[in-house]
Amino acid sequence: MTTSWEVGQWLPTLEKGPITQVDLVKYAGASGDYNPIHTVEAFAKEKGLGGVIAHGMLTMGYVGQMLTDFAWPLFDLTDYSVRFRAMVRPGDTILCKGKITRVAKDGDMTVATVQVFAENLSGETVVKGTATLRLA
Amino acid sequence: MIDQRFVGVWSTPVLNVVEKGAVRKFADAIGDPNPIYRDEAYAATTRFGRIVAPPTFSRTFDYGALPGCELEQDGLIHGEQTFHYHRPLFVGDELLCSFRLADMSFRTSADGKMVFLIYEQRGVTKVGEEVFTERMTVISREEVKS
Repeated sequence: MTTSWEVGQWLPTLEKGPITQVDLVKYAGASGDYNPIHTVEAFAKEKGLGGVIAHGMLTMGYVGQMLTDFAWPLFDLTDYSVRFRAMVRPGDTILCKGKITRVAKDGDMTVATVQVFAENLSGETVVKGTATLRLA
Repeated sequence: MIDQRFVGVWSTPVLNVVEKGAVRKFADAIGDPNPIYRDEAYAATTRFGRIVAPPTFSRTFDYGALPGCELEQDGLIHGEQTFHYHRPLFVGDELLCSFRLADMSFRTSADGKMVFLIYEQRGVTKVGEEVFTERMTVISREEVKS
């Protein structure tokens, strides 16, 4: 099988949200991360956060969905890394984006490097990272 | 309290089973409707052949503990997260999961002293096949011995 991967190609953008407080409770339950800064408004305020903030891993999960929508089941996802850059809060809508920045051969495999990021509707980047896709 | 003695020491591995219900619940929590996380009949038609877990699912695992190497959750900032996958996680996988503190470093800023902790996690099958590794940077303001 051949691919049409090209440097500069954008993956389809995935829009997530607006995020609700219930979404954060659901993610806490599903992930086991019960840190109250994500779920208890009074606690988060007391900690100086101005209210609950989303789990970074929830946003990473959203970007992961954008990647797997594109990659699975045809391609392998072998690496996925992000840096958390800004807080995400209930009410935010997150746009998950990816752009192929490198396509290379590794033996019989084709390997694509994807720069990924998530931004809010103000255009602020909340998560930024890279992923690697492989095709036999 | 964490200190340099813990750097490099792996926790005793804990057996984790990738459960179908947990995968569906996790995909629901992300709001990802992909049938590959839920529908056995559909998954059987794909190259994977069975239900897989989303790429960040391994964060739900129990990696064991290093007694004494605990941090207060308060004030922790998750800075970076990396996953490396040898293959997807399949429903039914039984993985021995462990972690270590790979590095700790100190930085002083206007806000005071901060500690950067780098943790590594891994999941291995019972026959020793490594399935994934993770690397996670956590920033703490808690007092830590240097």
